[in-house]
Amino acid sequence: MFDWVIIGAGVSGALIAQRLSAYPLKLLIIEKENDVACGATKANSALIHAGYDAPFDSLRGRLNAEGNAMYDDLAELLKFPFKRIGSLVLGVGAEDYTALTKLYENGLKLNIPGLKILDQSRIHQMEPNIDPSFEYALYAPTAGITEPWEVAIAACEYAMDQGAKLLLNTEVTEIVKIGEHFIINGAIETKGIINAAGVHADDIYRLIDGEISFAISPRRGEYFLLDKEAGGLVNHILFTCPTYKGKGTIIAPTAHGNIIIGPNSEKVEKDYVNTTFEGLHDVKQNALKMVPNCPLHLNIANFSGVRAEPSTGDFIIEESRIPGFINVAGIKSPGLSAAPAIAKMVESIVSDIHSRRGTALGPMIQTPISRRARLHFSELSEAEKIKAIAQDAKHAHIVCRCEQVTEAEIIDAIHRNAGARTLNGVKRRVRPGAGRCQGGFCGPKVVAILARELGIHRNEVEQERKGSFVLSGGVQDE
Amino acid sequence: MNNKYDVIVVGGGPAGLAAASEAAKNSGVRVALIERDAFLGGILNQCIHTGFGLHHYKEELTGTEYAHRGIMSIEASSVDVYLEAMVMSIDEGHTVTLISQTLGYVKLWGGAIILAMGCRERARGSVIIPGTRPSGIFTAGTAQRYVNIEGDQVGKRVFILGSGDIGLIMARRMTLEGAQVLGVAELMPFSSGLTRNIVQCLEDFDIPLFLSHTVVKIEGETRLEQITIAKVDADYRPISGTEKTFACDTLLLSVGLIPENELSRQMALEMHALTRGPVINNLMQTSMPSVFACGNVAQVHDLVDHVSEEAERAGKHTAIFSKTVVPMLEKAITVETDDAFGMVSPQKLVRFDFENQPLQTAALRLRVKKPYTSAWLVIKSGDVQLMRLRKNHLTPGEMVHIAVDLNAMPLESETIKVYLEV
Repeated sequence: MFDWVIIGAGVSGALIAQRLSAYPLKLLIIEKENDVACGATKANSALIHAGYDAPFDSLRGRLNAEGNAMYDDLAELLKFPFKRIGSLVLGVGAEDYTALTKLYENGLKLNIPGLKILDQSRIHQMEPNIDPSFEYALYAPTAGITEPWEVAIAACEYAMDQGAKLLLNTEVTEIVKIGEHFIINGAIETKGIINAAGVHADDIYRLIDGEISFAISPRRGEYFLLDKEAGGLVNHILFTCPTYKGKGTIIAPTAHGNIIIGPNSEKVEKDYVNTTFEGLHDVKQNALKMVPNCPLHLNIANFSGVRAEPSTGDFIIEESRIPGFINVAGIKSPGLSAAPAIAKMVESIVSDIHSRRGTALGPMIQTPISRRARLHFSELSEAEKIKAIAQDAKHAHIVCRCEQVTEAEIIDAIHRNAGARTLNGVKRRVRPGAGRCQGGFCGPKVVAILARELGIHRNEVEQERKGSFVLSGGVQDE
Repeated sequence: MNNKYDVIVVGGGPAGLAAASEAAKNSGVRVALIERDAFLGGILNQCIHTGFGLHHYKEELTGTEYAHRGIMSIEASSVDVYLEAMVMSIDEGHTVTLISQTLGYVKLWGGAIILAMGCRERARGSVIIPGTRPSGIFTAGTAQRYVNIEGDQVGKRVFILGSGDIGLIMARRMTLEGAQVLGVAELMPFSSGLTRNIVQCLEDFDIPLFLSHTVVKIEGETRLEQITIAKVDADYRPISGTEKTFACDTLLLSVGLIPENELSRQMALEMHALTRGPVINNLMQTSMPSVFACGNVAQVHDLVDHVSEEAERAGKHTAIFSKTVVPMLEKAITVETDDAFGMVSPQKLVRFDFENQPLQTAALRLRVKKPYTSAWLVIKSGDVQLMRLRKNHLTPGEMVHIAVDLNAMPLESETIKVYLEV
């Protein structure tokens, strides 16, 4: 019998698990995909918004502001990359100025630190490559960049290090309530459920409540990712005014020095993560309006992600009508930015439920001061590299030339809790194949390492989702 | 271990093999050859087809046989070979830091360095194909490695985008492996591959070539299930209504090669916009005097034979450079081209070698952007015509080679320009 089952190992579910893992609770995370962080968490703008955008009186607004402020400590605890590089919302003309002022005032009500409207000379000094026509910008120094999947992977790993369990490749298809307990898929018993199932949160809740009052309608965003050669193109996260269609296209550096451009916003069916000719064309045109010399020929990958757009317009974070069943649904943008605050809010809901049951949550158990940081060989000094090789000779095998990733890093990424199981799982964790050759050189080597370390046949190695075999030989041929 | 060398060659493919063995022919020249893989030969090891060596060895060899000859001459030489060793940086044009699986973190010093890192393939991102991101999409060279070296099967129903040579070779290879190759789509109205490969790899196997077509959609949630191609207009935009779909589990991309120049950029060598490799002179010397470059790192070649010839030249001059107390460094003539050309190499010409011996001719290689049945190549210095020669059958898939008479060239520091007149 688990105390809590968390459905969905995206950034919300993972950070909830990480927070709850500090208590003596039996926790289980159920994920339908073959890795954590496989939904909206792996494909988004990778930004921690400052928090001036969502309305001050909404849950989104409050949790964005609160979540952003939590990121420094969280990055230290979970050892994921996070840099506060600041953002600029660019504007031109009177209409934009009014819109920027509204954002500024909304931000003030949420106590977003350091907001300023900057003049033309200042913004062009800060961003020499933007279109000369931009006249002013809303500057938010607390906006940051991170690796969203690494936040979720790190949080899962941390929770599992404290004893939480992770069940991959398991789609929740049935939830039955018997007395005070739930039985999931006829086999998993738990006292409580936290539904963090992303675009499927409504489907999950419908399993237990036929009169569900919300719906999730996904919106797709398409992106370009430019080679590190384009690094330095922009220094801040650049937005255009909300008077443009939607929030407009973003151009921003990534945590690893690439440039990310996107998204557009199209209503789609669930899990419809393709890119389209028209969508990419729109993103490209918008990017060129912002940065006319944007080197789109340095593109190394296109991708798209879906955001869980709730029918209510705001995050749904509450104990549902079914006691012991908490919904964490409709976590659209700024979900990643708000995620630490969402987890904190869920912790308090859980605490209330425990109090109600007379089984107080806590006291907290002794937890490590931080997750064991990954050793990124490429970031080491010469002396540290020599030391790393002396400690593990597999650091002397550079598997990926573009990103300088060693075999030892890959092996570690596989054998940690919430470890990599697929080619892209390895890529997300330690970056072989994330560089300019996109795995052309290292792909066969990573396939061999995965097969060896997981004790499976090369032909069983998957690229991404379950069944996405890299090779076509089949195992029966041997 | 003596870490001091006269010449250090980075990369043990055909360019590195030829450069290292040629440099080592000079007595007293100590040469190191560094290769990241477990064996020498580079990409030739996965080229089990024939068509190599007709120029260089005057006989037809497979890629592996061609590599073997180079490896044999290295083994017979005094060259020190570092295998499974990745060069991490080159500092001041002399200090090479490498990480070797057997030796660990090593620093070597070289009087001169030869860059011979070869090239890499352009991936899906560089051609922007909309759709999902399933498995089953490979660059043609990566698929070739899986099939020919690792002994894997990559797919059963295959479509190929791009009619570069590797794509064409893989069309035949996959067919021989028992896969069904459904077609090859080429964005341009002509193939960039060698004519003999079009005939021997596509026509002989009845594999259709769709010119002026590109892949416009990729479908499949896990493994690739279907692709859609469409005809493109003169601006390479897909024409609505011309779509054709193919159910397939594999898409191979043969959409171009790019010189592998991480180290060149790190050293801040002057780079050339057309070749995307370092700017070099006819002695294969880059903008940093002690650093030389040859083979596909300098510009993408269509025949390995030319790589070997060029690399031998690099090896010879580098060895002389490393042993000359005050090497001759003259101000070079700059070579430019008009818009008809997509590539020119070398981009600088000098008239004396490092021992101040006069050179008579220099080999100039050019690549046209589109085919011409017949045209004049004209070299001018300002308005003065220096050379004029007629060339028949010019095609982007085959480099044009011309021997430039250095005695007819203008003085140092000037610019000459190559024009194409139809």
